[in-house]
Amino acid sequence: MTVPSDPANESYRLDVNGSDREVTDAWVGESLLYVLRERLGLPGAKGACEQGECGSCTVIMDDRAVCSCLVLAASATESRILTVESLGDDGRLSDVQQAFLDAGGVQCGFCTPGFIVAVHHLLDRNPQPDDEEIKEALSGNICRCTGYGRILEAVKVVARGRAHGGVA
Amino acid sequence: MPVLRPRSVDHLLHLLADTPDASVLAGGTDMMVEINLHGRRPGTVLPIGSLEELREWEHQRRAGTVTIGAAVPYADMETGELADLVPALAQAARTVGSPQIRAAGTIGGNLGTCSPAGDILPVLSALDAIIHVLHRDHSRDLLFSDFMTGVKRNSLRPGEFVHSVTVPVTRGWQGYAKVGTRNAMVISTASACLVHDADEGHVALALGAVAPTIVRASKAEAWLSQQVDLRGSFSVSIEIAQEFGRRAASETSPISDHRSTADYRRHAVSVLARRLLERSAT
Repeated sequence: MTVPSDPANESYRLDVNGSDREVTDAWVGESLLYVLRERLGLPGAKGACEQGECGSCTVIMDDRAVCSCLVLAASATESRILTVESLGDDGRLSDVQQAFLDAGGVQCGFCTPGFIVAVHHLLDRNPQPDDEEIKEALSGNICRCTGYGRILEAVKVVARGRAHGGVA
Repeated sequence: MPVLRPRSVDHLLHLLADTPDASVLAGGTDMMVEINLHGRRPGTVLPIGSLEELREWEHQRRAGTVTIGAAVPYADMETGELADLVPALAQAARTVGSPQIRAAGTIGGNLGTCSPAGDILPVLSALDAIIHVLHRDHSRDLLFSDFMTGVKRNSLRPGEFVHSVTVPVTRGWQGYAKVGTRNAMVISTASACLVHDADEGHVALALGAVAPTIVRASKAEAWLSQQVDLRGSFSVSIEIAQEFGRRAASETSPISDHRSTADYRRHAVSVLARRLLERSAT
């Protein structure tokens, strides 16, 4: 069965994880989160609040960490978008992902991809953050399982590891 | 085609004049919530976030002013030279949402939405900011107090958009404070911005989330000028600071809603006004 295409729908291209990706016949109001998950096969960013409060959909857009649920996908055609899927090399975990596992910073795991992206963004700009800077950088990411202590510990482990040249 | 991507401000003005009911999209942090959660069906959308001219700010040293493009995000106001020039703007920007929201949300978007709880708006009110409005066929400069007309209402006419905002660089203490239920990720229950202009000998106080528009507490300002010589540095007694707060609160008309009660808002804003005045005094 073919669904007739709506003339009001949009076709456009997005730069996602270094690839030129085509989006066809999409409703104009679709968020970047929806397009990543439902059209481009990238389900790493998670949807929960859909209003920018929980951070589980965090992606990097033009070197800024943003909530992909608040980006109109069809407006992002000139932006460079990086998702959690781009962070590990050849299917291996990134140092941040490994540290979350080792420190117990993951329980149900739903918020984890958003945290991982936010932590990579933080440490790329500020390799040795203090506790206040870590808490501030992660204040837009909500976790209802861990109580944050082990997430903070994971960030510090990565910062120490990178300072000693142990970049994963 | 519903999403038209302007290549320049000039192009945007032409598109907007041809499609006056189009939505100008800045950071998306308000419009996308309406689409995601409140069933808004966008018609023509004109995204302005990638227009470089609107993402810049400039310090006009001779005039003693700063002009900020509509698409400058809160994150760019938080630290650095702009924060040194307009400290109250930086303080207000730091209280907006989360880092992710501050990376996306813009000063132009705050003006476009014109929520009484918009965090930047009391700063623009206290500084008597000029809003530069462009149309393909004309331009208008509006005082902030003439720009915001009600709850999520402004005086933009069809085909117009906010290009930039100019605020003065003043000598003297200035600051922003707000009350909410937690430290991060919170919409104001009540907010206040105080600007002491040490050269003019004046204190300006603007209050947010306590009326349909931002309130300038002009009666409290005038009363304070009669009590204290505000040129240069000044000091105030506890009694004067408390009375200033009481008088400011009496100029508001808050409502009770899901976020707070009118009584609490009136009380909170009097405390904020008193604290800001005490901080501005030596």
